[in-house]
Amino acid sequence: MTPAPYRIRSRRPDRADTVTLTLEPVDGACPSFVPGQFTMLYAPGVGEIPISISGWFRPGGYVQTIRAVGAVSRALCHKRRGDVIGLRGPYGTGWDLSAAAGLDVVVAAGGLGLAPLRPVVRELTAHPSLYGRASVIVGARTPATVIYPQDLARWHDGHGIDVQVTVDHPDQAWTGPVGLVTHLLDRIVFEPRRTFAFVCGPDAMIKATAVELVRRGVDPRRTAVLLERNMKCGIGRCGHCQLGPLFVCLDGPVVTYDVAAPLLAVREL
Amino acid sequence: MAAFVLDSLEPLIAELRSRGFAVVGPVARGGVIRMEEISSAADLPRGARDEQTPGRYRLSTHDGDLMFDYAASPDSAKRFTQPPRQTLIRMRRGDIEEVEDEAPRLALLGIRPCDLAALAVQDRVFLGGRHPDPAYRRRREALFLVTVNCAVPGGTCFCVSMGTGPKATKGFDLALTELADPHRFVVEAGSEKGVDVLGALSQAAACDDDLAAAEEVSRIAAEHMGRQVDTEGIQQWLPQAHDSPRWSDVASRCLSCTNCTMVCPTCFCTTMEDSTSLSDGTAERVERWDSCFTLDFSELNGSPVRGSGEGRYRQWLTHKFATWYDQFGMSGCVGCGRCITWCPVGIDVTEELANLR
Amino acid sequence: MGTRKGTAVTRSVRKRTEGVPRLAVWKFASCDGCQLTLLDCEDELLSVAAEVEIAYFLEASSAPGPGPYDLSLVEGSITTPEDLERIQHVRRVSKHLVTIGACATAGGIQALRDFGDVREFAAVVYARPGYIATLDRSTPISANVPVDFELRGCPIDKRQLLEVISAFLAGRRPVVPAHSVCVECKARGNACVMVAHGTPCLGPVTQAGCGALCPAFDRGCYGCFGPMESPNARALNKQLRALGMSTPELVRVYRTFNATAEPFRQASESAENSREADDDA
Ligand SMILES: Cc1cc2nc3c(=O)[nH]c(=O)nc-3n(C[C@H](O)[C@H](O)[C@H](O)COP(=O)(O)OP(=O)(O)OC[C@H]3O[C@@H](n4cnc5c(N)ncnc54)[C@H](O)[C@@H]3O)c2cc1C
Ligand code: SF4
Ligand code: SF4
Ligand code: SF4
Ligand code: SF4
Ligand code: SF4
Ligand code: FES
Repeated sequence: MTPAPYRIRSRRPDRADTVTLTLEPVDGACPSFVPGQFTMLYAPGVGEIPISISGWFRPGGYVQTIRAVGAVSRALCHKRRGDVIGLRGPYGTGWDLSAAAGLDVVVAAGGLGLAPLRPVVRELTAHPSLYGRASVIVGARTPATVIYPQDLARWHDGHGIDVQVTVDHPDQAWTGPVGLVTHLLDRIVFEPRRTFAFVCGPDAMIKATAVELVRRGVDPRRTAVLLERNMKCGIGRCGHCQLGPLFVCLDGPVVTYDVAAPLLAVREL
Repeated sequence: MAAFVLDSLEPLIAELRSRGFAVVGPVARGGVIRMEEISSAADLPRGARDEQTPGRYRLSTHDGDLMFDYAASPDSAKRFTQPPRQTLIRMRRGDIEEVEDEAPRLALLGIRPCDLAALAVQDRVFLGGRHPDPAYRRRREALFLVTVNCAVPGGTCFCVSMGTGPKATKGFDLALTELADPHRFVVEAGSEKGVDVLGALSQAAACDDDLAAAEEVSRIAAEHMGRQVDTEGIQQWLPQAHDSPRWSDVASRCLSCTNCTMVCPTCFCTTMEDSTSLSDGTAERVERWDSCFTLDFSELNGSPVRGSGEGRYRQWLTHKFATWYDQFGMSGCVGCGRCITWCPVGIDVTEELANLR
Repeated sequence: MGTRKGTAVTRSVRKRTEGVPRLAVWKFASCDGCQLTLLDCEDELLSVAAEVEIAYFLEASSAPGPGPYDLSLVEGSITTPEDLERIQHVRRVSKHLVTIGACATAGGIQALRDFGDVREFAAVVYARPGYIATLDRSTPISANVPVDFELRGCPIDKRQLLEVISAFLAGRRPVVPAHSVCVECKARGNACVMVAHGTPCLGPVTQAGCGALCPAFDRGCYGCFGPMESPNARALNKQLRALGMSTPELVRVYRTFNATAEPFRQASESAENSREADDDA
């Protein structure tokens, strides 16, 4: 439970309340990770929270995107280049990309849910021949809260991935779709029976999207979702992340929807 | 393993102390049996008997020499293996220092068979997974366990249902059965350490009468369980009962006070507390006991996942008796009855289970 | 009530330099317990911050400090129209506003007035009640302006006060959990006085913070930190009656402190209206 010291190599404000940090170990090597895994980031004296890994940089470090919603995330967002924070992990299960080989791929993100999905799309852009058609659909509250706008544009323009973004509350300049992310499923092309889906966002978004995918014929075992729960330890010790039989920190955060569906269906589980 | 007879526990206590163990045993204090450090057999609660019913505990004193004529005390081994608060790390200007408290060498004298079973559960939780806990290991390995087989189960005990008592079969260094007329103890070693300690005492081999008397104590105890639980298929049916109207019934009586989880010898949940010194910048993290009955426990995006009393009581009962099997391959309940006795309003898990089934 | 010209005392603990956190302490209608706690812990403040500047505005008429303050601690409840204006000023000049004590968070003992007619009350206490501009109700600070944090207790606990101050200055959530006293009671290793002795205890419905002080001395908790996060007073009352508490005793215990905190108000009123064991319903 002792974090290792990591130095902030760079800090990029993404949106008004969101910051992307690159983190490298003060000494030693940075453990490798599987996309979908998270680390516990420790802001000294303030607290420790789970944050997904959004990328890797050479020779060895993590890219992590943090939205300031409370005390710890705010403290992490306020850190500067060169500051040292604590890091444990990576922990949890990752996205099973090998299971998607040869299939159409749908990546569905709600808000900050795009952060843990970014390395999935990077893989799709790096090895396009391994997969079928690839689409990325993103739902956000407002245009200003869509993260990684440059990545989205690059994936679309440079890599031929179908990228669609919808918002709940458009502003004057918005010309794209308005409404739920599930509506975007009508705008992309995939063969449901030969599709693997990666879904991340708030519980309600995950449920709505997965239900819609399954209704269209996607196999729940080919619908991977990333769950969020209160986490204090990340290693099956504190008990906070329990979802019925699961420790989301150990058995998740990534699980397939056949596992998640009956659990998410129970109120207050 | 061969059994022996001890006329007094004094030499055992002295031997353990001479080997550098602090001996922790039952004492009667404030009308309750507590587990505290003792220096002699005279500290043991001679003649004490308890009366345990849902939400009620009373101690009385009787004639005779018996020192273990009561059931589980509110203090299980958990207090020693997983202290209520422990400092994990300290951080000063970029240096992160792990705080390693020295594990005290403790001889727990008079812990019960259900407590041994609870230690086995803790071992599985803290050491049996992908991230073993070195601090728990240090404390655990520094323990010497002298269990006492139960003669008089408490009114809330149900170890027979959970297969954990009233006679210990494993997990101890020494196991005692207390006999009357004349007052003596049949003792068995359950480990190398136990054999070694026993070898240093002058003891006589137990005769057939002693052994028969000890068997009789355990047999009678097993017939006098205060409570029982039908565990058949519980891993399957209990989680499926999530919509039962019984949950709101029990929630109307439950205080969400956390006492059941705090006294339970296997409940392991914790939370973290952070602090800083603004003057020299030192930051500290402390881990402390937590409970699924608090609202912070499941807070997500600003509100608790389990906001209702139903949701929280259901988490506790379902975790102890069902989902624990999924997670650890064993029951989370060892049948010690503490949660029943020490619930301020006397909510009884065995009764709730019977009604839910 | 203070009518003479008050003075604001500004104390720099160590010498004043730029960037020193600025604290202000404001007093409204209350007993004096909480503020004494603060005066009592200046030394400890030095252990959490090398330097702090504290301004005290202990009397309603003391010149209001212009601010801005990093943290304002507000004690007492709002009882007069002047109080209302003053608290709005405090909110404007403070980055964070924290209320301290039962009076500020729940109306406190002041709010006992709520149960009778306030003019009658004034007539007893003051010779010329007509001159007393008293609001009909004593209201907690949070009913008047947004509050960043409420620290409970009558009087407040010194350790918790220091925790709140250092947490706000360090930008973290204060470790002031809203769960029951029982959590602390068990961590401390007390034997439960309800279960072991049959002593009535409000611990299960009361917010932690005192470290389970009363049960550590074999007494029942009397609720001085106010209601915990999800109090089930109805269920507890049933048990308290079973332990032999009478209706007047129940009413009194819920009304001593934090009388207008909603769950405690309900608990006392339901105990009063029922006379017998309505709580069984
Ligand atoms: C597996 C996993 C991966 C995660 N990955 C990321 C990530 O990559 N980037 C990221 O920014 N966050 C991520 N989160 C969420 C992040 O852990 C929480 O936002 C964080 O714990 C909040 O802690 P805090 O101390 O800042 O807020 P707290 O002080 O705990 O909470 C303060 C207030 O913030 C609000 N709040 C708390 N949590 C959230 C939340 N999740 N979303 C919105 N509002 C909230 C509530 O209103 C709350 O009252 C992840 C969570 C999990 C479980
Ligand atoms: S549950 Fe069994 S082993 Fe535990 S105290 Fe009761 S009788 Fe003894
Ligand atoms: S659930 Fe109750 S009976 Fe079972 S081990 Fe825990 S405290 Fe003992
Ligand atoms: S019952 Fe509650 S406190 Fe006990 S281990 Fe399970 S989740 Fe944790
Ligand atoms: S079951 Fe009893 S001990 Fe447990 S939280 Fe409810 S009232 Fe408290
Ligand atoms: S003595 Fe009071 S505070 Fe302590 S556990 Fe019992 S009911 Fe709770
Ligand atoms: S986060 Fe602690 S058990 Fe999963």
